[in-house]
Amino acid sequence: MPETAAPSSAPRLVAVAPTAPTNPAARAVIEIDDVDFNYGASRALHDITLNIQERQVTAFIGPSGCGKSTLLRCLNRMNDLIDGAHVSAGEIRIDGVNINDPRVDVIELRKRVGMVFQKSNPFPKSIYENITYGLRIQGQRNKAKLDEVVERSLRGAALWDEIKDRLHESALGMSGGQQQRLCIARAIAVEPEIILMDEPCSALDPIATAKVEELIHQLKKQFTIVIVTHNMQQAARCSDRTAFFYLGKLIEYADTRTIFMNPANPQTEAYVSGRFG
Amino acid sequence: MKPASTSAAIFGRSTPAKRTERAVFWLLRLATYFVLFCAAFIFWDIGTKGGAVIFKPTAPFINLPFLTEAPETLNVFTFRGENMTLGDRKFRAFKEAHAAELKTARIETYVYSAGGIFPNIAGTVLLVLGSIIIALVLGVLSAIYLSEYATDGPFVRFLRLSIVNLAGVPSIVYGLFGFGMFVIAFDFGVSLLAGWLTLAFMVLPIIITASEESLKAVPRGYREGSLALGATKLQSIMTNVLPYALPGILTSSVLSIARVAGETAPIMFTAAFVVRDELPWQVREWTDFFFQGVMALPYHIYVVASKIPQNEYTRDVQYGTAFVFLFTVAAIAMTAVILRQRLRKKYKW
Repeated sequence: MPETAAPSSAPRLVAVAPTAPTNPAARAVIEIDDVDFNYGASRALHDITLNIQERQVTAFIGPSGCGKSTLLRCLNRMNDLIDGAHVSAGEIRIDGVNINDPRVDVIELRKRVGMVFQKSNPFPKSIYENITYGLRIQGQRNKAKLDEVVERSLRGAALWDEIKDRLHESALGMSGGQQQRLCIARAIAVEPEIILMDEPCSALDPIATAKVEELIHQLKKQFTIVIVTHNMQQAARCSDRTAFFYLGKLIEYADTRTIFMNPANPQTEAYVSGRFG
Repeated sequence: MKPASTSAAIFGRSTPAKRTERAVFWLLRLATYFVLFCAAFIFWDIGTKGGAVIFKPTAPFINLPFLTEAPETLNVFTFRGENMTLGDRKFRAFKEAHAAELKTARIETYVYSAGGIFPNIAGTVLLVLGSIIIALVLGVLSAIYLSEYATDGPFVRFLRLSIVNLAGVPSIVYGLFGFGMFVIAFDFGVSLLAGWLTLAFMVLPIIITASEESLKAVPRGYREGSLALGATKLQSIMTNVLPYALPGILTSSVLSIARVAGETAPIMFTAAFVVRDELPWQVREWTDFFFQGVMALPYHIYVVASKIPQNEYTRDVQYGTAFVFLFTVAAIAMTAVILRQRLRKKYKW
């Protein structure tokens, strides 16, 4: 996609933060190649092809039911939980490996591809137990190691200073925004390469949302992030690249700047300017 | 319609629909009161008459022999113009001392009407604990399979239907099944083990159904959350689903405890003895423990209510046993309730 530096003269609904130009040499860590996806007989995704680059934030936008969450959940095979849901054509490769290959260990995959859900779901246990959950089920028992991971993850999720004194209290006593950041901390505690976020801020107030967005900005130095969002301002603010989906098809995928300022497709234009969706 | 009636309508004319409404309302109310009255009468009757056996106005205020001794035969006779009642053991000593005088006396005997009911309490507690443990283990495992692993299909639907049907089988049928299966075919004899298994099978449908419901009530987010962190399905169930379902599972077991403790039919062919001299833990080998019959409260009530005459001498043991029985069931059920409360506090969601 060509870079368009000059902003369009028409007033825009969305303010676009200046983002660094996409490095064309960045490695594509996730390659989605001609993917069809079915829920039983009904097809939810058609011919999706897109590459997601390392240490960037990629946003999936589109109206409800467009398949963006489905695609996200394909990336760590969360759709395996749904009876009859399957990738019916094409390949999804992460670091060059087809993740739907029967030889792929889905447990290992999910350790490498973390996920944060729309509804924050801290377990009804202490904050400490929440963060260490991923490591403990891997058999990590070393207290010093666990303590270190808790501090590192909470600092990574910008939560440490707020809750360091109540690590052993129930996670459900935290505010909604803190709970969601705890879920992010819990995901980064297992040191994934990729973090999937499924509308992470849809239940949060603007201040909590701002904190999570700031966090996303920090995290992309270390992780590849894919975020599904309904909120176009959010996509514009915190993503490097944006994919617009409509009715199970990928309509346009480009630099966030291009998508919001100078989309090639009239449907994208209509959606990002708020005319439908 | 007459114009006069329209203005009066607001004052609530009696119409057939309204009269029916009121009649039905009263019928519902009376039905409820009637049930309440019956329950209250049962508790009052057993509470006052049985309570009088257990609680004494003088120290130590509780009729300890009744709770700690084994049942004995009661001997009633006239001695030197005085009416005397003595339990078997005391009577034998008495008889030796006054053999001559008693030769001509008319002695009435009532079985099980003296002494206490300790072996029965012990037997019932053992039966309840064992069968509930077996039923919970089997029931929770089946419920986990049904709710977490099984994919819906004709076979699973058939399984569920069978479980529901099992709940409707009368307890005497379980008793006969247990007798044929465990006592005879497996050659366990009339034993604790046969009783445990029979009772466990009887309450399995309740426990499976309730456990499945409580497993399904655990939000999907907890399952997905742990799977997304790289947990296996089993790890996710054991650490993040089952613990939160436990309070609900225990609720169903409270109901089951009452049934297990109360049913007479399933144990009368499989585990219960009318009378047995040894206590359950007086066994030679530890393995004998599982293959011994026990005395049990509900069966004892059946025996003392139907096999011995009803009179002033036998009344105490009848009401006393019923009272202790109610109390024992309540105590075991309370333990489960307290356990549930503590779990709820631990895993609040």
